[in-house]
Amino acid sequence: MDYIKIFATRGSDLWSAMIEHLIISGTALILGIIVAVPLGIYLVKTKNTWLRSIAFSITNIFQTIPSLALLAILIPLIGIGKFPAIIALFLYSLLPILRNTYSGFKSIDESIIEAARGMGYDGKQRLFRIELPLAIPYLMSGIRLTTIYIISWATLATLIGAGGLGELIYGGLSVYDKPLIFASSITTMILAIVIDFLLGALEKFLTKQTTSREQSA
Amino acid sequence: MIKFENVSKQYNSGHTVLKNLNLHCKEGEITVFIGPSGCGKTTTMKLINRLIDPTEGKILVNDKDISTISPVKLRRSIGYVIQHVGLFPHMTIADNVAVVPRLLEWEEKKTQKRVDELLEMVKLAPNTYRNRYPSELSGGQQQRIGVIRAFAAEQSIILMDEPFSALDPISREQLQDELIHLQKDIKKTIIFVTHDMDEAIRIADKIVLMRSGEILQEGTPEEILRRPANDFVKNFIGKKRLAQYEVIPESEEVMTRKPVTILPSRGLAESIKIMERKQVDSLIVVDTNDRLQGYITIYDVIQQFRNESKRVGDIMHTFEHVISPNTLLNQTIDLMDEHKLPYIPVVKNDQTLIGLVTRGSIVGHLSDIYSTNGNEGS
Repeated sequence: MDYIKIFATRGSDLWSAMIEHLIISGTALILGIIVAVPLGIYLVKTKNTWLRSIAFSITNIFQTIPSLALLAILIPLIGIGKFPAIIALFLYSLLPILRNTYSGFKSIDESIIEAARGMGYDGKQRLFRIELPLAIPYLMSGIRLTTIYIISWATLATLIGAGGLGELIYGGLSVYDKPLIFASSITTMILAIVIDFLLGALEKFLTKQTTSREQSA
Repeated sequence: MIKFENVSKQYNSGHTVLKNLNLHCKEGEITVFIGPSGCGKTTTMKLINRLIDPTEGKILVNDKDISTISPVKLRRSIGYVIQHVGLFPHMTIADNVAVVPRLLEWEEKKTQKRVDELLEMVKLAPNTYRNRYPSELSGGQQQRIGVIRAFAAEQSIILMDEPFSALDPISREQLQDELIHLQKDIKKTIIFVTHDMDEAIRIADKIVLMRSGEILQEGTPEEILRRPANDFVKNFIGKKRLAQYEVIPESEEVMTRKPVTILPSRGLAESIKIMERKQVDSLIVVDTNDRLQGYITIYDVIQQFRNESKRVGDIMHTFEHVISPNTLLNQTIDLMDEHKLPYIPVVKNDQTLIGLVTRGSIVGHLSDIYSTNGNEGS
């Protein structure tokens, strides 16, 4: 019974923690998209192979650092609070988005690019009218995956004082408040599931013209 | 229309793909670039819409040096059909066809009208196909769209890069026929790249045969088949195809060169004398410049003999069928057989008589061939 009641008694705490959680994850994600998508596009277009491998290596390194370690190492560098947490999550988001953007653009049939060039699309028109729409399925799946990661890792961000749902989970753990642990964890899970579902719907909406048609044929 | 002047292309690696190319593609003709892979045919084509820029030399389209035109603008004025169709999968058929008109910012109404017109041209009902996606069409249908997409903005030059090579043989032949048919009406200047000699012979007005970045031979399909420039060309064309043309002689080889002739101003008595002397029953009438006028037969002469005022010119008949020196023997025989002709005059373009194919001359020619073969065999 306690497990249900807790949602009523701590409802406003849970709600504000969830909003905080969303802000942290959302900011990190948007930053990640702003940096990784253009970078990914640039890496596809550039003939500079070493630049490409450097970019991938660096983002790869961020991805391999254990999340707790990455959060910890940011404390001496930029202190504690929301900002370092967002930076850490942003660094995590880079690789999956970058890699999916890159493979999304790489997956476009050469002949389509050549046709677009040969028919007289200029660079910008080609990017926005042809390449981007065709790469969207890959891009979206990268973003979707990253979002789920970020939402789960954001629970750790409380360790450097960022707040969010993690704060309630750790708070509950430290005093062994089982209903609170339960409620905050469930909220995190539901948040992840709902966001994933929404992004999935968005992905379907954006890609229904290309992929679904192709599959049906 | 399209002129290449001393065009060379070298890659940074030092590899030369084109060596000092000079070429003229005429307006309203299908020029086919053919050759083994790596011969530079596709490169040559891509120079025209500046997908590749030459290292040296210049290319003129309508007497304008294309290096002075911006690539994007140039490409919108030249239709382009690529090997792998390259339809945009996220756009409907109508949107695909409308790509260039929209890039050129045509009025939407005009664009739609043009799309429907083009779909009808390749017999795809606009109402059925307009809103479909490329993946819902068969390979042949997709390439039809690929072809009309290149015509959409009424470009006068169309580049086609092995457009039918990925299709099955039946659709390929259908599309070739459609292209030939279409070309009769639209008269575009088409540059067509292929490695398929049958295709080239079928559709080309002019074939440009290339190897290692050089033009080995250019000419009409007929010229190339009859007079391949060297062994490489012969091999590329293939023995089988050459044999078809080599075995059948032209009328020039078969005809008798000295037919018995008479001027139209001569009298009938004189004509009888000539027939008697030459042992023939009819005479070919030519004017003083050897231009063919007609013929008279012994029966005509006998019928009209009493009338002294009649001249050869008054009683002669004109020929309904004449052939050129290049007419193939099989065509000549078909003609003679169909119209029951005892003989058929061979004339040049200006009607100058140069010989006569008669049943006797054909037999004579055949006996030549078979007796030679007989000698070789023994």
